[in-house]
Amino acid sequence: MSLLEVQHLKKYFATQKAVDGISFSVNKGSIFGLLGPNGAGKTTLIRMITGIFYPDEGQIQFDGKKFDPINDVVHIGYMPEERGLYKKMKIGEQAVYLAQLKGLKKAEAMAKIKEWFIKFEMQSWWSKKVEDLSKGMSQKLQFVTTVLHEPKLIILDEPFSGLDPVNSNLIKDEIYKLAQRGSTIIFSTHRMEQVEEICDHIILVNKGQKILDGTVKDVKHQFKENLFSIGFEEIPAGLNGNPPYEMVGTKDHQYIVKIKEGFKPADVLNYFLHQGARIISFNEMLPSLSDIFIKLVEGTPLTRQFQAINA
Amino acid sequence: MNKIWLVIKREYLTRVRNKTFLLSTILLPLVMVLFISGSVFFAAKSEGKKKIAVENKQSELANFLKSDSSKMEFTFNTGVDTSNFAEKGYDGFLYAVDSSGRHFLLKTVKAASNETMDRLKNKLNSAYISNKLLEKNISIEQIDSINSASASYYTVDNTDEKNKNVNAAINTGIGFTTGIIIYITMFVFGAMVMRGVMEEKTTRIAEVIISSVKPFQLMMGKIIGIGAVGLTQLLLWIILIFLISTAAFTFLPHDILQQVKDIQSNPGVMTSNPGQFSAAAKGLANLTNLNWPLIVGFFLFYFIGGYLFYSALFAAVGSVINEDPQEAQSLMFPIMMPIVFGFIIMSTNIDKPDSPVMVWASIIPFTSPIVMMGRLASSPPFWQLAVSMISLIVGFIFTTWAAAKIYRTGILLYGKKGSWKEMIKWIRRS
Repeated sequence: MSLLEVQHLKKYFATQKAVDGISFSVNKGSIFGLLGPNGAGKTTLIRMITGIFYPDEGQIQFDGKKFDPINDVVHIGYMPEERGLYKKMKIGEQAVYLAQLKGLKKAEAMAKIKEWFIKFEMQSWWSKKVEDLSKGMSQKLQFVTTVLHEPKLIILDEPFSGLDPVNSNLIKDEIYKLAQRGSTIIFSTHRMEQVEEICDHIILVNKGQKILDGTVKDVKHQFKENLFSIGFEEIPAGLNGNPPYEMVGTKDHQYIVKIKEGFKPADVLNYFLHQGARIISFNEMLPSLSDIFIKLVEGTPLTRQFQAINA
Repeated sequence: MNKIWLVIKREYLTRVRNKTFLLSTILLPLVMVLFISGSVFFAAKSEGKKKIAVENKQSELANFLKSDSSKMEFTFNTGVDTSNFAEKGYDGFLYAVDSSGRHFLLKTVKAASNETMDRLKNKLNSAYISNKLLEKNISIEQIDSINSASASYYTVDNTDEKNKNVNAAINTGIGFTTGIIIYITMFVFGAMVMRGVMEEKTTRIAEVIISSVKPFQLMMGKIIGIGAVGLTQLLLWIILIFLISTAAFTFLPHDILQQVKDIQSNPGVMTSNPGQFSAAAKGLANLTNLNWPLIVGFFLFYFIGGYLFYSALFAAVGSVINEDPQEAQSLMFPIMMPIVFGFIIMSTNIDKPDSPVMVWASIIPFTSPIVMMGRLASSPPFWQLAVSMISLIVGFIFTTWAAAKIYRTGILLYGKKGSWKEMIKWIRRS
């Protein structure tokens, strides 16, 4: 069942088709990756989902009903890419204030903040000011304020930027836990290795349009090039006959091969076994998301050009 | 509504709990009182009695150039001259430039103060006239009795049924002071709103906040919160000044207090018999006779109205600035100009409260908060007050509406320089 369903969303600015007819749906409890190069329209898309912008056209369904920004924003937690906190405000008070804006009662907010602060070992920070914090520390605080009110939908824009590996893992674990407890997470980033690791489902946006949609596994299979790596005890010598593959490269004791049209992986294995080669590994080489990303986005200008819009 | 209240509370508390707020609230009235009493004290102290020697041949001045007990003492036939008067212990030496009996020079050890010069001028003038009268065979006694009498006048407000004595100078002073206070507070608190908006934009918290609050709520929360800070500060100042002046009142000499009481119990007495009371008592009675609730009421209305009118515009400007103070200056200029303009109109025309420029400026909401306060003392016609107040209310509703449109777009716009042309486009578009 989907928590969020977006249909034909459009938002045109004076010189940009920022979002140009994007549709997708996000399942409840899933971790959803929203990918795209800089200036693809991700932030505009997110701002429409968080009720900051009104779409020019299209529909947003939130939790089975038409999205109603005024009442539904309390069920959304949004951490923008550009972080922001009041520098002169005490950390505890700030967290309480932001939680109250999301509709929590003061006492309730205090209890939850204390819980999170203990979890993230931030107890001693309560009366410090944000300007006294390091970048990583304020990042943790920002994350806490985003998820504190247990929103149904959490939108995280580059949540790991500026975090060391220890704190990254801490946040990553919390993201998993939140998803297990039923929160839905939209995760926007350029770091493809994180997407592969975390996300169930991804869409790729470029120039305001969706160009890819699917689970990470499906997408990889969709873009696979029938490449396999075969590891040998010793590189086989004197191969003969008609191999069912093309050689792509060798590396140490490995062949990287591309299976020819009409053949199966088993044919490759058979061929080598007949030749008496001593195989120790046989793996399919799937493209990384990073490769797919570059392949799809390559060739489009690095930054979008301004264009006249007749909307 | 609950959310706007949260925003107001935060804006208010973070500012009121700030140490600089407490300090400025308490220190300003103290500094003012110290400054005023200090300058009065020094003015009184420095003007000790001046001993002036008069040139020997000016004997005819001796009849009328009279020493007074506290400020000036003339000595005749001293035999001193310009070279040695200081050694003989005189502060100044007065001698004639020519034989007309009208042109004199005063040579002093230290430069004479304005007050001394005015005093001497009056005395010489009076002595000259008296001597001329003497030449017309009027006796010295008659001349003395003429000199000791003096004319005085008071104005009485025709519309005032109680026939209270109205002192134009005091009324103008109050109008001027309240006008200046509104002028200053509009700048101080308007700039505070602008900085607050800029802070939210540059620290990028705006996007976090407006994912839970509507931009309009955030802007209004800020404006109302800071306005409440301003009102709190004014209220504390009024209380402090009231306490300080009450304390000062108890130090006044007993006879002056008694005279003030007499005037207050019988307002007509001051017009019928002005010579009976000292200047201090009359001044104080005038102050206490003023319609303070009315003045304070109008002051609060124009303070709040003017603040709301301008702070929305300041918020709009704050929302389009990108961390560049230079940019802020050029965008703020068109907003600051009418405020400064209003102040100039008020201060240069305060003695002509019913002149066309004052009437218009007190009706147009861009200048009315400052200018109308300056006119208030002259009891402007009711219709002008009503039009002025209504147009101020309509005015701030309009500026808030327009500012909200600019703010909504500007607060999320980074890297692009805002201009007034751009902003007007944003207002029109949506």
